[in-house]
Amino acid sequence: MKAAVVVFPGSNRERDVLRALTLSGSEASTVWHAETVLPEGVDLVVLPGGFSYGDYLRSGAIAARAPIMAAVRRHAQRGGLLLGICNGFQILTEAGLLPGALMRNAGLTFVCREVKLAVERADTPFTAHYQAGQVIRCPVAHHDGNYFADTATLDRLEGEGQVVFRYAEGTNPNGSARDIAGICSANRKVLGLMPHPENLVEEIAGGTDGRPMFESLAAA
Amino acid sequence: MKARVVVTLKSGVLDPQGKAIEGALAALGFSGVEAARQGRVIDLDLTETDPAAAKARVAEMCEKLLANTVIESYAIEVA
Repeated sequence: MKAAVVVFPGSNRERDVLRALTLSGSEASTVWHAETVLPEGVDLVVLPGGFSYGDYLRSGAIAARAPIMAAVRRHAQRGGLLLGICNGFQILTEAGLLPGALMRNAGLTFVCREVKLAVERADTPFTAHYQAGQVIRCPVAHHDGNYFADTATLDRLEGEGQVVFRYAEGTNPNGSARDIAGICSANRKVLGLMPHPENLVEEIAGGTDGRPMFESLAAA
Repeated sequence: MKARVVVTLKSGVLDPQGKAIEGALAALGFSGVEAARQGRVIDLDLTETDPAAAKARVAEMCEKLLANTVIESYAIEVA
């Protein structure tokens, strides 16, 4: 698996995700947002967490229109894998690559804590090394993670099996509709999620519940 | 000419910040506020001199960047 991690001004989890990818057996490098092409032969593009452009205008709004995003969009249209974590998820919705929007947390405060996540689907390239229905631990750290979409879109996401992660055991930290923590595209190749599995990939950092995502990707 | 863009959340979209403003107003003793919704104002100085052309251009800006039309609507005033 050859991965490229896009770095925007204000990204801050790119090294975490690079480490998670390489620990799990992928080859990974970074790409600056002002580039217009992705490295040759990239299978997976990752939009990492952080506060791109200081969250100005709306979280992810300006990054979604950065020069590299045209190449990222073409990569997704070709059926390439695309993962957006936290700010990366916000960027994917702002770019229209995933439906819905991430709004201000219902409690209005920044949340930085551990939640429980139910893995709803194990038949995606991102979750193949989990069991469907498995509940894992995962950190969250965000201010705008309140997933919103209109009822028709939510019904469609559920009906098409595009809800991949859901906050479990009453740990929804942000008021997200239907406890949605992560969704994928209809073809299962684009995934966005608010929690940070890349921050739980080594025992020394508190656990390895996030590691199967990167092992799934390495084997995809 | 100048353009003012007012971006507001669509009705039916939960506005936690508006709710907080409502609560704070009530706490300050301002009764009779049934609802508060928070939005954003963006003022633009444009080189365009034709109002219709300016409005069309700003609408394009709104669709592409200034508003997220999944959750927000916008209004444009040119002067």
